Amino acid sequence: MTAHLSKIALSEMQAELRDQAMRFCADRSPVSKVRALLTDERGFDPKDWTDIADLGWLGVAIPEEHGGLGMETGDLVPLAEGMGRYLMALPFASTTLAAQAILAGGSDAQKADWLPKLASGTVATIALFEPSGAWALNAVDGKTKTFVMDLDASDVVLTSVRHGGETRLALIPRDRIETSRREVIIDETKRSYTFDVPEFGEEDLLPSTAPALERIELVANLLQAAELSGASMACIDYTLDYLKTRKQFGKTIGAYQALKHPTVDAFVESEKARSLVYAAATHVDKQGGNRSDGEIAVRMANAQAEKALSFAADRSIQFHGGFGFTYDCDAQLYRRRAMFAASQFGDAAFHRARLAELLL
Amino acid sequence: MISVEAFGAEADKWFAANVPSDYDFLMPLTFMEVGTDEQMDFLRDWQKRVYEAGYLGAHWPVEYGGGGLTQAHQDAATRAMRKHQAPIIVNAIGTGWAGPLILDTGTEEQKRNYLPGILSGDDIWCQGFSEPDHGSDLGNAQLKAVRDGDEYVLNGSKIWTTQGNYARYMILLARTNPDAPNKYAGLSFFLAPMDVPGVSTTKIRKLTGEYGFVQTFFEDARIPADTLMGAEGEGWKVAMRTLEYERGARGGQAGGYNISQTDPLEIVGLAKRAIRNGRPALEDPVMRDKLIETIIDAQAMMANRERAKIAPLVSERPHALPLMSKLQFTEYARETGQFALELEGAQAGYYVGEERSREGGYWQRSYLNAFSATIGGGTSQIQRNIIGEHALGLPKTR
Repeated sequence: MTAHLSKIALSEMQAELRDQAMRFCADRSPVSKVRALLTDERGFDPKDWTDIADLGWLGVAIPEEHGGLGMETGDLVPLAEGMGRYLMALPFASTTLAAQAILAGGSDAQKADWLPKLASGTVATIALFEPSGAWALNAVDGKTKTFVMDLDASDVVLTSVRHGGETRLALIPRDRIETSRREVIIDETKRSYTFDVPEFGEEDLLPSTAPALERIELVANLLQAAELSGASMACIDYTLDYLKTRKQFGKTIGAYQALKHPTVDAFVESEKARSLVYAAATHVDKQGGNRSDGEIAVRMANAQAEKALSFAADRSIQFHGGFGFTYDCDAQLYRRRAMFAASQFGDAAFHRARLAELLL
Repeated sequence: MISVEAFGAEADKWFAANVPSDYDFLMPLTFMEVGTDEQMDFLRDWQKRVYEAGYLGAHWPVEYGGGGLTQAHQDAATRAMRKHQAPIIVNAIGTGWAGPLILDTGTEEQKRNYLPGILSGDDIWCQGFSEPDHGSDLGNAQLKAVRDGDEYVLNGSKIWTTQGNYARYMILLARTNPDAPNKYAGLSFFLAPMDVPGVSTTKIRKLTGEYGFVQTFFEDARIPADTLMGAEGEGWKVAMRTLEYERGARGGQAGGYNISQTDPLEIVGLAKRAIRNGRPALEDPVMRDKLIETIIDAQAMMANRERAKIAPLVSERPHALPLMSKLQFTEYARETGQFALELEGAQAGYYVGEERSREGGYWQRSYLNAFSATIGGGTSQIQRNIIGEHALGLPKTR
């Protein structure tokens, strides 16, 4: 039924981009730096941000006419995968999603105004969630926004609002937002804010709402799947290091099947996630055929990636024993990453419920 | 050479026209379920027809009975078999592991002697690895082979011999030197004929109530010394290579499949028909969630196969995906069988032979049979040791 969505294609350009992303993120985001940034107010290194802008990463999925590189949506995957693998904190997803929404639903003037800036390093964010906790993006009351990433680093916010009895999207410059505060979230590598939606005018609205929301949801799930899959690889490597060096009862603990077998199971789940993420990258833009193909491939990948990282990180804490219970053990960073990701745009069970509607 | 596309299209047409439906016995879903002469005769005849049509061993060399084409050609033919849900290729041990072993490492004479009969199905092969007291601990095999002139004399017993009562040859792991410095160094590997005096078999009744395996007994059975594969004392190495073919970690098999894979569509179909607590199973939200999990699992296995072909996407651990395939594939079969019974609700309580059973008790039987693959060929627990040690570099358990 979905066999055609298992095909994976990797262009030479994508392979190069993947190499570049893995090298850059490994170099710029050692865990010592990840930990130093946990207590940094901004939460990321501005030098890393300007450097990825110079590398063109922010313009990957923006057409050339708007100052981007005009590559495919799937080409975002190696970048998100690399950042996820090294827990690199940058407002990459929020800026990318704002740009994709403007592309899908913005006016010509909005595109001309914002896309070249977003492609070259202006930080933007999206504000779609509200205290109700609903994951549906199209029925908001438009008063208070929550889980807004990197608001204080952003120049502009793409927010859902209530206008004329409908949910609409508005582009509001950061400096027009008066009441905001940082939220305490479980993933300390990220910065989340809540704000009250200020007054806005007709001229702030995107002409088209539904295509922009669909686009955001699709790309957000793709980026999240890639990020979680990258993180699960790193989490398993981190666990393996411990299993290969720690000794108890005169044996290296990785020799015990009680630890070895669940670690293999975590690895198998993680490998499945990786394959589904690459398949999703291949099919996210495919036109023709079933118009839900992209959504099916992306939700499958995200459901599996969340399941894989949650399990790998949960077992990583347990298998580190007493050390696993400490703040110093990196297993908590991965576990918190998976928990927070599940809270955004729907958890694995939510994606499966949506897939059931699409496939059954 | 004919293009892969054209070959695949011809195969598609051939299987569409020739896949049999005129039988009134339970069709074995795996090569480990062939329990009656009727089943064996039917499947052997089917294999011969597939072979003679050119869709088995299409990529093996012509001089050994193959079609002289490429792996891609055979893969296209195998895809056509799956698409048309053709019966399994029954001589699985011949086509799947003895065959590629002989093709890759055998002498010229061995290749000419054995390979054509493997492809045609005229020579059924079986495997003598496990013993009653040594299953997962294969390296501890104790069946004795003592050299006597131009022969070896065999004494001992092998168990779980699939198709052992039909086989002409056995790939056999035997102990030639009980005093070797370690248990592995005392083993040798034979392409042993089964039709010699002193070899006998008794059927084993499976948990389903059916047959398919035998225990094989050797009492002063004499086999020619030139049936040795590799050198004396190298048996462990040859056996490990054989297991790589069996588990799909190494390629070169003659093609086709020996275990029918459950397409998620079949499970969805069952969910539509089955009634659970008075309502279609498909309407039960818990069942829907599990259905999607099953579909995602199947999709991930297919995507793994695709990714395995793309070197930059497996560069961290190049052998991991093939090493994982046996574990994933067999556990998926077991889990989907179990899930199918949940979908059936109260009807899950019937068994093969009950007219009220859903689909003739197909899923009950296929769940119970699924254990043959999660236990045989190295249990899932042994597979996890192998993946942990060989792909992830964890220290050895033993």
